[in-house]
Amino acid sequence: MAKQHRVVWDGNMAASQAMRQAQIDVVAAYPITPSTPIVQNYSQFVADGEVEGEFVMVESEHSAMSACVGAAAGGGRVATATSSQGYALMVEVIYQASGMRLPIVMNVVNRALAAPLNIHGDHSDMYLGRDAGWINLVANNPQEAYDLCLCAFKIAEDMRVRLPVAVNQDGFLVSHTAEVGEHLEDADAYGFVGDYTAHNPMLDPAKPVTYGAQTEGEWHYEHKMRQNYALVNAVPVVEEVLKAYSQLSGRDYAPVECYQTEDADELIICMGSVVGTTTMTVDRLRKAGRKVGMVAIRLWRPFPKEALAAAIKNAKSIAVLDRSCPMGTTGALYNETAAVMVENDKSANLINYIYGLGGRDTTTEHLEGIFDDAAECTKAGKRVKPIIQTINLRGKSLSFYE
Amino acid sequence: MLEIRWHSRAGQGAVTGAKALCEVMAQEGKFVQAFSVYGAEKRGAPMNAFNRIDDDPIIDHSKAMIPDYVLVIDPSLVYTDITYDTKEGTKYVITTHLSKEELLKEVPALQGKDVHVVDCIRISQETIGRAIPNTPMLGAFVKVSGAFDIDEFSQAMKEILYKFPQKIIDGNLQAIRRAYDEVN
Repeated sequence: MAKQHRVVWDGNMAASQAMRQAQIDVVAAYPITPSTPIVQNYSQFVADGEVEGEFVMVESEHSAMSACVGAAAGGGRVATATSSQGYALMVEVIYQASGMRLPIVMNVVNRALAAPLNIHGDHSDMYLGRDAGWINLVANNPQEAYDLCLCAFKIAEDMRVRLPVAVNQDGFLVSHTAEVGEHLEDADAYGFVGDYTAHNPMLDPAKPVTYGAQTEGEWHYEHKMRQNYALVNAVPVVEEVLKAYSQLSGRDYAPVECYQTEDADELIICMGSVVGTTTMTVDRLRKAGRKVGMVAIRLWRPFPKEALAAAIKNAKSIAVLDRSCPMGTTGALYNETAAVMVENDKSANLINYIYGLGGRDTTTEHLEGIFDDAAECTKAGKRVKPIIQTINLRGKSLSFYE
Repeated sequence: MLEIRWHSRAGQGAVTGAKALCEVMAQEGKFVQAFSVYGAEKRGAPMNAFNRIDDDPIIDHSKAMIPDYVLVIDPSLVYTDITYDTKEGTKYVITTHLSKEELLKEVPALQGKDVHVVDCIRISQETIGRAIPNTPMLGAFVKVSGAFDIDEFSQAMKEILYKFPQKIIDGNLQAIRRAYDEVN
């Protein structure tokens, strides 16, 4: 295991330090709360001469991602960071990045989408980019924001993958929360990420190439399906990279993290900063003799169907937490879970909680309430709660789909 | 688990203070967490910062806590609710130019509580040259909590502030020492 240094970093500092260590050729970024400090820290590294790459100041997030696409097509290691409205403004170009198979790394500090305007954390932006063809990793604390950012370069640039990777972290709850963590020495971190290998770079006049060509009816379908083939088959590569990182750092990560699931009757499935609070809640209820557990989704895209099927196989009742308003249907993580259950002939009482919108607090007491709901379903042998419920909503309580 | 809630105005350095406390505690081998609750970023708006300190890794990312210490670094915030979500033993360290008796008379909600007063605004003006009440509050916290030896704490702060000009470092250390001596 490599030597490490103990630090107190928030999620933004953790992500910017990982970017510094990866020796990126081009960072193009436009600041937006709560990811602004990533851009600010990184531009400080550039000003202090700590990194050799270019930092491109742009006039919007659309331009930021456009510059990233250009630089990546040109043959460089490229990264950026954004949040919320900035992410929304990037969306057109986010699809271009994945369609052109450019291994860009983006730290997404998750924040609500307006209206109403809100600077705090939820997963609306992550869900907005759900079908954009990026690999999406989820960091639940500052340590993971650092670790997964380093892993993201290695995953994105693997010749079996060559796709962009977003590393998500919850706005404020991770990005602005300082905690004790460990980081690798620069040489070890860079040694892990490795030198960048350009693939069909545009800046090679001896070998002219076209990026983003028009394909229409003859080739569009083939192109998209091959892109999807690369994305779906990235799961084992993600596993391989996380394993290699574990050998270096001693910190274990998996596409699906299981906590006390083996004999659990009731499970919470969730992702993001609520994972830590849920872990505490499981510990508390286990002490009281309750058979409860948690499944944390670390890899949101490509969705780790097999690992989730294994994780939930013994559960009697499952509560799925979505931190984004599904607007007209059930939550996206609930839908993924329901699909995995059908595909595996697995039956369990399945309920969905929409929580934490715009940074609304979620405590161990709230999570205990969810386990209580799930236990009621287990006892009754059927779902006795509405499919969608809310947690810590003020005023009249709301639920959907009786 | 030791929990601290800071009451401050945006721009007065509560977040920096909470993070500095984390740095010192982390050097002592503790696990720490510092976070804050912002509104939109308006300078001068009331805001809270929080610390959690423990011997084990801290995995709770909820904002809910019943603090052991309430640190108030702006004198006018005693006129807002600073006693919510507290417990019997919660200690209050409050920046004010008033004496403890005057403060309790002015703010009846604090009567019967474990209240300590110190004028961090004046101390920072006289030592650092600006009204930055966060570092003196740390000195007052060290005294009231007994969590550290003041010399060890000052040494640790010196290391944290190493990037600043000597004048700023000296001013801050002086502010910490004066608040330590003057809090009651």
